[in-house]
Formats: sequence, structure tokens, C-alpha cells
Amino acid sequence: MKRLLLILSLALGLGAGAVRADVAPEVLKGLASEDFDAKQGAVAVLAEVGDADAARLLKALSDDAVAVAGDRLVIVAGEQVLDAANGKLLKPAPASPDSISLNNSLRQQVDGALAALRLLSADKAERLAAAKALLADMGDGAALLPLFDKALKQEQDGEIKPILVQLQAQASLASSDAAARLQAVQTLGQSASPAVKALLLPLIEKQGDTFAEPDEKVRLAAQTAIKAIDGRLVWSDTAGQIFTGISLGSILLLAALGLAITYGVMGVINMAHGELLMVGAYSAYAMQALFRSRFPDFVDYYVVAAVPVAFFVAAAVGMLMERTVIRHLYGRPLETLLATWGLSLVLIQAARLLFGAQNVEVANPAWMSGGVQLAENLSLPWNRLVIVAFSGFVLLVVWLLMNKTRLGMFVRAVTQNRPMAGCVGVPTARIDTLAFGIGSGIAGLGGVALSQIANVGPDMGQGYIVDSFMVVVLGGVGQLAGAVWAALGLGVVTKFLEGWAGAVIAKILVLVFIIIFIQKRPQGLFALKGRFVD
Amino acid sequence: MRTPVSVKLVAGLGPRGWLAVAAVFVAAWVLVPLAHLMLPEGHPLHISTYAITLIGKILCYAVVAVAMDLIWGFGGILSLGHGLFFALGGYSFGMYLMRQIGRDGSYGADIPDFMVFLDWKELPWYWSGTDSFLWCLLLAVAVPGVIAWIFGYFAFRSRIKGVYFSIITQAMTYAAMLFFFRNETGFGGNNGFTDFKRILGYSITAPETRVVLFGLSVTLLLGTLILGKALIASKFGRVLTAIRDAENRVMFIGYNPLHYKLFIWTVSAMLCGLAGALYVPQVGIINPSEMSVANSIEIAIWVAVGGRGTLVGPIFGAGIVNLSKTWFTTSFPEYWLFFLGLLFILVTLYLPEGVAGLWAKIKARRAEKAALAAGRAEAAAVPAAPRTPATPESKLPNGTAAKGA
Repeated sequence: MKRLLLILSLALGLGAGAVRADVAPEVLKGLASEDFDAKQGAVAVLAEVGDADAARLLKALSDDAVAVAGDRLVIVAGEQVLDAANGKLLKPAPASPDSISLNNSLRQQVDGALAALRLLSADKAERLAAAKALLADMGDGAALLPLFDKALKQEQDGEIKPILVQLQAQASLASSDAAARLQAVQTLGQSASPAVKALLLPLIEKQGDTFAEPDEKVRLAAQTAIKAIDGRLVWSDTAGQIFTGISLGSILLLAALGLAITYGVMGVINMAHGELLMVGAYSAYAMQALFRSRFPDFVDYYVVAAVPVAFFVAAAVGMLMERTVIRHLYGRPLETLLATWGLSLVLIQAARLLFGAQNVEVANPAWMSGGVQLAENLSLPWNRLVIVAFSGFVLLVVWLLMNKTRLGMFVRAVTQNRPMAGCVGVPTARIDTLAFGIGSGIAGLGGVALSQIANVGPDMGQGYIVDSFMVVVLGGVGQLAGAVWAALGLGVVTKFLEGWAGAVIAKILVLVFIIIFIQKRPQGLFALKGRFVD
Repeated sequence: MRTPVSVKLVAGLGPRGWLAVAAVFVAAWVLVPLAHLMLPEGHPLHISTYAITLIGKILCYAVVAVAMDLIWGFGGILSLGHGLFFALGGYSFGMYLMRQIGRDGSYGADIPDFMVFLDWKELPWYWSGTDSFLWCLLLAVAVPGVIAWIFGYFAFRSRIKGVYFSIITQAMTYAAMLFFFRNETGFGGNNGFTDFKRILGYSITAPETRVVLFGLSVTLLLGTLILGKALIASKFGRVLTAIRDAENRVMFIGYNPLHYKLFIWTVSAMLCGLAGALYVPQVGIINPSEMSVANSIEIAIWVAVGGRGTLVGPIFGAGIVNLSKTWFTTSFPEYWLFFLGLLFILVTLYLPEGVAGLWAKIKARRAEKAALAAGRAEAAAVPAAPRTPATPESKLPNGTAAKGA
């Protein structure tokens, strides 16, 4: 009540004395008062007046520089003491100024008022920034409403104006006038922001037996508005889910591409494939450490250096595995499965001894952090975008390698008919080793990508082995296109199911789906070429 | 004429086999209890609680290994899902043990502690009847059996074999593990079941209870062995082995492999379930990590180390691997995975028939040497005989000589 009176009296005073530049004495008295309500009222008036004096005083309040000295209010600026009413230097400085205190809600109000004042700034960029800041956090909107009205009247810019309209609507939601609320709700209904939806939701909720919003027309309008916003949100939500699905799919693809090659060419079930991903990820970690100690200026580019390193390290490990173990088990797939599982255990333990059992920290380079904001609720992180692009690049390289090079031709020849390829002079044993090396190297590349978004630890590969087999099994053996479709499809489907049923159930559903799918089309996916009979 | 099953059972093992079975049975039910309960702690022949629990645990593993051998060694189907059947059996029986806790849990409620923690007021429907010992025992066999039957029916009907079958069983286990890790599933989430107090009213930690559980484990193992022998010796076993070696030819002759595979697969799963039900009261805990991919593959290595297709071999395989695991994880924990990994690699590379195969090889070589020595003695005894121009080895068939070299 006190506050209302104050505002009223001041509004009268303002209308009468537009010539007077000084801050009204009633306001100063309100600020100096011990009563926080009175202070709040005074700040609201300052926000409404919004001239240079008011702005200076608000700034000082926010900086805790306003003090009471005797019977006047002053602003303490270092050694100098200014008159709070008009900013004039006081000489001699009054003795022992007693600084006035703000509580949290008051401070919020002051900050909001300051931001709102910036809406009136001459600089367009500053106005835009202020409008956006207020949109994110307005504080006590009702107090700022007159300022929004004023700013809206002045504003000419096409970009700032809609934000101001929304701000005004948000602020008037708390208005006591039902018509104003109705209009505000209708204005807000045109937005596509989840924040606005959150603002409107309380209006249609019941508090006890009565609605929070007394007017039925407003409630109905709020309902329509929420529906309209939901309609707009669905689009960006779906887009976001598809993107995370593609992102997951691209990771699955990187994990499975190498497996598609090693499996497709040699029929080798490599259970250590996940550990080759781990080798790649630790290569990235090692490169990061190297760059940090040796080339601190280029530390942002360690990822680029890690790509070839990871490829060659993983390829070397893979070729060593092929030469020492897998080679002796050709034609015995179940034994190969067990032996490669043994290899994976050895690799995991080796990583534990070399790098410790704990996860290591691999940081995103600066250029991969942050994201692209496409809509209010749709932001694409750079690291995910880079990985999608990177998997596309790897896919291209693999395709070129398999289809356009002599080595790729040999690999395909061995896949199709090993004895015949040998007869015409293809060194099949060497091709096996090289193909295994390539497959392993690609797993290493996948590991670099993984290091940017997932934990890097000795066990990291184990989680991907089932998934990558599923991709290969689903997509068909030795077919790049199959692997691509299966990986992206699995990724998108998994993400949609996750949104619907939660992560674990989604995963179980996908596995069950694959098991059923294999029942339906085992031959189509695993048909051995030629008339093979055991 | 058909031979009665009982006669087949007796014939399957032979007199020496039955003697061994009887000896082990008596040892387990008489000697071990005496050594554990009657002899004082310091006595050199005293068997400690630790040893009883450890051996009892390994016996349960051995049952799983024999069950795995039935399907892998004789059916040629490598399952990476046996850990699931084992754990399902364990969970089924664990439900009974949880109910036996009664109000002695830390919350003193009628329902298990983890349900109190989840703020559940009553038992979910699938827990009904779990206060009955027999019902839970039935569940421990039936749940793995039914799941295996359904899964196997669809997989074998579509003629999924070899590595693909292995991979989808792995996917099945993995999915089940994720499912059991959820708290909402109603099986204790990642803590699983533990803190058991009693079984059939007897304290679960009492030495007498342990001895009985131990004896039951030995009995189950012997029963599994006898059942396995009988199955393998029967016509069913012959067809199964034939399917393993050349499925298409068996089909062309007119057999449907589906029934044979499905039967042995389901039996194997049920045996695993029983083993799991005996395992849980002895070890005192069951949690979803029993269903991890790694555990199921480890079962395969027990069989591979012991020797596939030998039935007795896998028992030794399970023993060797698990005793080394106990030894390594207490003495050199950081080298256990190296050892296990190398075991996987070396056994598949150099010991395809496992320890049993090695034993058979050594025995064969001894017999060879004995035969050679006898031959020489004979040659020496008859000086008039014409000198054989070739070296003694060349008398042997080529293959054997090469193996001996």
C-alpha cells in the first residue's frame, strides 16, 4: 500500500514537473528508509523514470555505493562523494556516510531495472543484449512493465521489437487486469520457446480447488497458447532427436566399419575390436599429453595429429594380432572368437598397467566445444557435428580404398573367392594381414572420435562390442552400405525409443528387435557367397 | 527291441565309472562332513569353511561347465548365454532366500530391504509364491528352461548356427543384464540379493548347512555327469554328434536337427539354473554382473581348457581356471587378466582338445612306448629273426609318428 501510494504520488509529480531533472526527494527518502517495501517502491520509480540520474543511482545501488549521510542520500565513488539526487560533487564531503543495505530480492530488482534501462540505450547491440538478458531472467516483471512499454514505443529495430513484445507480455501476466493478462497470453502464444510454455503452464493449473488464474477466458487462451507452442516445439524436438540419433549412429558406424572389413574379408569374429577402439582413444590421450608438454601453442590441434597416429597404432596392434594368433585359426570361427576374447583381456590389462585403471581425461579442443543454436530448444554441439562429419570422411576413405585401389580390389577378390584369387596371383596371406590392419586402423579412428564424447578408460571397448556386432549383423556382411544404414537406423531408432521409454528399456528393445530380425532374415544377411555346404 | 532307460544308464558308465561315482558320493557326504565338523581347527585333515565354500562354488561352476559341454562339445553350439541361465536360476532361488529373511532386514519390514528403499508397499506379482521352497526350486529350473526353449526354438528353426548364434546369445545376456540392473525390475538393481539369513529355517552360515549344500552340489554334479553320459551314449547323442559334424547331411538323411538341438539346449539351460540355485546360498550373493558378457565367455574357456566333448574334462577345466583365479586374484591381482587372456589364446591355439585331450595323448604315447619296448624285447628274444631295416618309429602309422615327433 505504501509503495502504491509512493508510485502514485511520484507519477503525479513526474507529470507536473517534467522540467525537474533531479531525482524526486520522495524516492530518496524511500531508499534511505529502513523498510524494504519502501525501498522496493523507490527502485520501481527509478526504473520507470529511467533518465540519466536514475540510471546513475541504480548503478550505484547495484555497486553498494549509496549511503546515507546526515539527512541526504549520497553516492560514494572512491574518495569523492556525490549527491544522489543529481550527481553533483559534494564539497566538503559529508562525514561518516552510512551505506544502505539491499536484500536479495531488492538486488534482483535493481539488476532487472538496470538491464531494463539499457533497453533505452542508443546503442542497438546493447539494447539487443539487454533484451535477451531480460528474456532469460526478468526478476520482478511487474515493476519493469512501464519501462517495457516505454522501450516498445521507442524501439524501431525489427529484431529487438518482437523480444520486447514478449517481455511486455511476460511482465503483464502478473497484471491485475484480466484484459491485460488475456492479451499477454495471446501474445505469448506466438512464441516457440519452452521457457514461455513454462510461464503459461501455471495459469491452467489448479491450486487446491481454485485455479491459479481466476478468469476463465484467460485460462482458455492459455490452453490454446500452450497447444500452439507445443506444436512448434515438436518440430525442433524431433529434429533434435534425429540429430542425436545420427550422432549415435555415426559413432556406431565408426565402431562397426572396421568390423565389417575384418569380418567381411576373413570371416573373423574379432572380439578384441572394442579394445582396438580403446587403443585409438588412448592414442588420442597420448597425443594430447605430448602436445601439452611439447607444443602448448598448438594444443588445440592434437586431435588432428591423433587421427593418423591412432590409425597406425591400432593397425599395428591389429596386424600383430593377425600374424600371431588369428592366422592360425582360420576356418575355426568359434575358436577365433575365444582367442580374440583372450586378446581383448590382455589388451585391457595392458592398458591398465600402462595408463592406470582410472579413466583418463581427454579434453575437447576449443574449436570443438560449444555448439550451434538452431532454435530455442535445439542446439547442436560442435563435437558431435565434427564426429558426424568425421565418420562421413572415414566412410568415404574406406569406400575409395575398397573400390578404387588395387589393394581394395585384392581384398574384394579374396572375399569373393579365396582359392581363385590365390590362383591368379593375389598374395592372400598378405592381403589378410593388410585387411585386418585396415579394419583395426579404422577402429582406432573410431576410438579418437569416442575419446571426444565418451569416457576413456581400459574397459571402454567392452561396451561397444555388442553394439558393433549388431550393426554388422543387421547390415549384412562385407557391405559398406548395409553397415551405414544399419548404424544410422539403429542410432535414430535407439534415440527415439530412449525418449519414449528410457535408455535401458530402449537398449533392450533394440537388442530384442535385432534378435527377432535375425530370425526373419538370417540367410539374407549371412548368406555365404557361392554354393557352400558343410 | 528298445532297451529300458535304466539299463542304458547303467551301461553308460561302466563298472569302474559307477565305482568312482560311489566313491565321490561317499566322500562328499561322509568324509568331508567329518573332516569339517569333527576334526578340530588345527588338525592337518581339517577342512575349513573357506575351503568348503570355495569347492562348493567350483562344483556349481563345474555343473555349468558340463552343461555347456553338452551343448558345445556334443552339439557344436557355442552359447555365450549360459551365464544368463545360471543367474536366472540363482535369482529364482534367491527370491526364496530373500523371503526367508523375514523381518530381520535392516528396515524390519515384510518385504525385502531394497523394496523398502524403493518405497514399494507390497511384493510385485512375480514374487508371489516365492516363500515356498519348492516353488522357487521349480522356478530355478523352469525359468531358464522356458526362456531357453523359446529362444532356442526361434533360433534353431531359422537355422542360425555357429558364430551368429553365439553373438545373439551374447546380445540376449547383455539385454538381460541391463534389465536386471534397473531398480524398477524388482530384483534389487545392481546390488542384487544378499544378506541371506536362513534356508528352510536353518541358519545359512551354520557349518551343518554348508556341509549339506556342499553334498548337494556334489550330488548335482554326479547326477549331471550320469545324465550326460546316458544322453550321449543314447541314439539321441549319436544324432546330436552327427548334427555337430555335418548338419546338412543329417538333414538329408531325414532327421530334423531342430528337435535335437532344442532338447539339449533346454536341458543344458535347466542344469545351469539348478547350479545357480545351489550357488547362491553358498556364495551368499547374486547380482546382475553374473550375467555380464565376460562371465558367459569364461564358461566357454572352462570347457575348452578341460576338453570339449569329454564330459569329465570340463569339471577339471572349471576347477583349474577357478582355482587359478582365486590364487591370482589374491596373490597377483594385476596379472589375472593376462593369465586368463593367455589361457584363452594358448588353449585355442595349442590345446584344442584341452586337458582331457592332453591326458589322452600322454596315455596313448605311453601305450605306444610300452608296445615298442615289448616289440624290442620280442625281437631280442628271437635272435634268428631277420633284422628289420627300418627304425622302430617307421613301424607306426605315419600320422602317429608325426604326432609323436
